Amino acid sequence: MTNPILEIKNLNKSFGALKATDDVSITLNAGEIHALIGPNGAGKSTLIKQICGGLSSDSGSVIFNGQDLAGLDVAERAQLGLGRTFQISSVIMEFSALRNVMLAVQANAGTSYRFFKNVRTDKKLVDRAMAILARVELEGRADVSAAELSHGERRQLEIALALALEPKAFLLDEPMAGMGPEGSKRLISFLDGLRKEAPILLIEHDMDAVFSLADRISVLVYGRVVASGTVDEIRNNPAVREAYLGETA
Amino acid sequence: MASLSRETLLNIFLTIGMLALPFVATAIDEPFYITLATRVAILGLAGVGLNLALGTGGLVSFGHAAFFGLGGYAAGILASHALNYTPIMESPFLIEGTNQMLIIWLVAIIVSGIGAYLIGLLSLRTSGVYFIMITLAFAQMIYYFAISWPAYGGEDGLSIYVRNAFPGVNTLDPQGFYFICFALLMAGIWLSATLKNSRFGAALQSARQNEERLSAVGVKPFNIKLTAFVISGMMTGLAGALFADLNRFVSPSMLSWHMSGEIMILVILGGVGRLYGPLAGAIIYIIFEFIFGGMTEHWQFFLGLVLLGVVLFARGGVIGLIAGRARHD
Ligand SMILES: Nc1ncnc2c1ncn2[C@@H]1O[C@H](COP(=O)(O)OP(=O)(O)O)[C@@H](O)[C@H]1O
Ligand SMILES: [Mg+2]
Repeated sequence: MTNPILEIKNLNKSFGALKATDDVSITLNAGEIHALIGPNGAGKSTLIKQICGGLSSDSGSVIFNGQDLAGLDVAERAQLGLGRTFQISSVIMEFSALRNVMLAVQANAGTSYRFFKNVRTDKKLVDRAMAILARVELEGRADVSAAELSHGERRQLEIALALALEPKAFLLDEPMAGMGPEGSKRLISFLDGLRKEAPILLIEHDMDAVFSLADRISVLVYGRVVASGTVDEIRNNPAVREAYLGETA
Repeated sequence: MASLSRETLLNIFLTIGMLALPFVATAIDEPFYITLATRVAILGLAGVGLNLALGTGGLVSFGHAAFFGLGGYAAGILASHALNYTPIMESPFLIEGTNQMLIIWLVAIIVSGIGAYLIGLLSLRTSGVYFIMITLAFAQMIYYFAISWPAYGGEDGLSIYVRNAFPGVNTLDPQGFYFICFALLMAGIWLSATLKNSRFGAALQSARQNEERLSAVGVKPFNIKLTAFVISGMMTGLAGALFADLNRFVSPSMLSWHMSGEIMILVILGGVGRLYGPLAGAIIYIIFEFIFGGMTEHWQFFLGLVLLGVVLFARGGVIGLIAGRARHD
C-alpha cells in the first residue's frame, strides 16, 4: 500500500465533559473518496476543524503528505494543500461570485501583497477565476454578489473556492446540504471525477450520494469511529444499521 | 450617468470645489478661509488614513491620534533642532534637525509607521470593543509620555517659529501651503482607492467580512490587517506633520483621545469606507466648528446631534445620503 495523503492518528478533542473526537484514526489515500458519516452531533465537523487547524486537538496528530501539521495555523495548512468547504457556506458576502473566486486564486498564487494593480482589469486573475466558476456551472452568476446567490449557488461557490486552491486533498463538509435533488445529482457526478485530481474526505448525510461515491466509509458515533470499510461492508454491518442507518432509514 | 456614478460625480464636485476655494477666498478677500480649507485638507488626510483601517479593514481604531501626534512631533522636533542648530543626537551617529518638509514627511511616515506596527502587533490579536479600548490605551500612553517629557516642551508643547520649507513653493504663503496639503490629500485618496482595488485590498476587505474564509484560502488575516494598520497610521502620521506646520505648533493635545475621536467622527460623518468620506466629513466638521464655534463654546454638542443623526439614519454618512448605497462587485 502507498502512503496515505492524509493520516489522522489517535485524535482527541473534548468540550468540557463532552468527548467530541474520541481516539479517531483515519486515512485518506490518493484517488479515493473516503466518506465520513454519522448522526448529527457525532463530531464530523469538529474533526474537519481539527484537521484544518481551526480547532486545536487535545492529543493525536494529523500527518499530511508526510508532514506533521502540529503548530500550523489554518492559513498555513491551506497553503500546504488542504482545501475545505464549510457545512454552513462561508463566503465573502459583499463580493460577487467572481471576486470570491479571484480571492482564492490570488491566495493560491501567494500574491495577496500586491498593492497597485486593479484586480478588475487583471486578466489573468479574472480568466482563471471564470474558468473555475464554469467548472461548478456558476459562470452565468459571476457578477452576482454572494449575498444575493441562492443557498444552492453558494454551496457551488464553496466548491469553487476549494477548487481554486488546487489542493492536494479536499475536505468537504456536507456539500450537498440543501442543494435540491437536481443540484445534488450534478454535484455527485462532479465529485466522482474530482477524486482523480485529489482525494476527498466527504462528510455527507445524503446516503444515495455516499453509497454511489465512496470508496470507503467510516462511521462516526459520539466522536468514535464505530465502523470502517467498503460500501458493502458498511451497508451490511449490523452495528451501523442499528446505530445510524436504522435511525435515518 | 451611464458611466459615472453619482458618487463619482460628487467626488469630482468636491475635488473641484477644494481646488477653487483658495481662489474664491482671495477674490472675496477672506484669506482666513484658506486656513480653514487647509485644516479640511489635513484632517481629511488623517481621516483617509483612518478610513483605510476602519472602512476597508473594519479595524475600529480609537487611537489614531497616536500616529497623528507622532507625525506632528516628528515635524516639531526636527524643525526645532534645525532652528537651534543643535543636533538631535551625536552618538552613535550624528542626526541633525531639518526644515525641509520632504525629509520631515519621510521621518513622520517612518515614525508613525513604526508606532502603528508596534501598536498593531499588540492590539490586532483582539477585536471588537477590546480593540477599541486597547488602541485608545496605547494612544493615551504616548499622550502621557509627551506631557511628561520636558525636553520637547512637555505639557506646553513645542513651537515651530518658521514654517518648514518645500522646494519651489513659498510655504509662508497660505495658498502655497494649502496646495501642498491638498495635493497630499489627493495622493492619499488615490492611494486608498488603489489599495482597495488591489489584491491586497481584496484580502483586506475579506479580513473585515469573513476571517474564517480568508484563512481557509491560505491568507493570514492578522498579517493583512497589520499591514493595513501600518499604512493607515503612516497616512495619518503624514497629516500630523502637516498639522504641525499649519499651526507652527505641536502639543500633546494632538495625541489625546479627543483627537482620535475627532478623526473618527469626521470619517463617520462623511461615510465610513467611502473614498471621499473623510474629506466630506472634514468639510462638515470645519464648517460646524467655524459657524457654531463662534456662537457657543458648546458647538460640539450640535456636532454630536448631527453625528447621532448620521449613525441612526444615514449609515453611509453624507456621501451615502447624497450618492446612495455603496456598490459592491
Ligand atoms: N466549539 C464548541 N464548543 C462546545 N461544544 C461544541 C463545539 N463545537 C461542537 N460542539 C459539540 O460537539 C459535538 C460534535 O459537533 P459537530 O462536530 O458539529 O457534529 P457533526 O458535524 O457531526 O454534526 C456536538 O455535540 C456539538 O454540540
Ligand atoms: Mg457538522
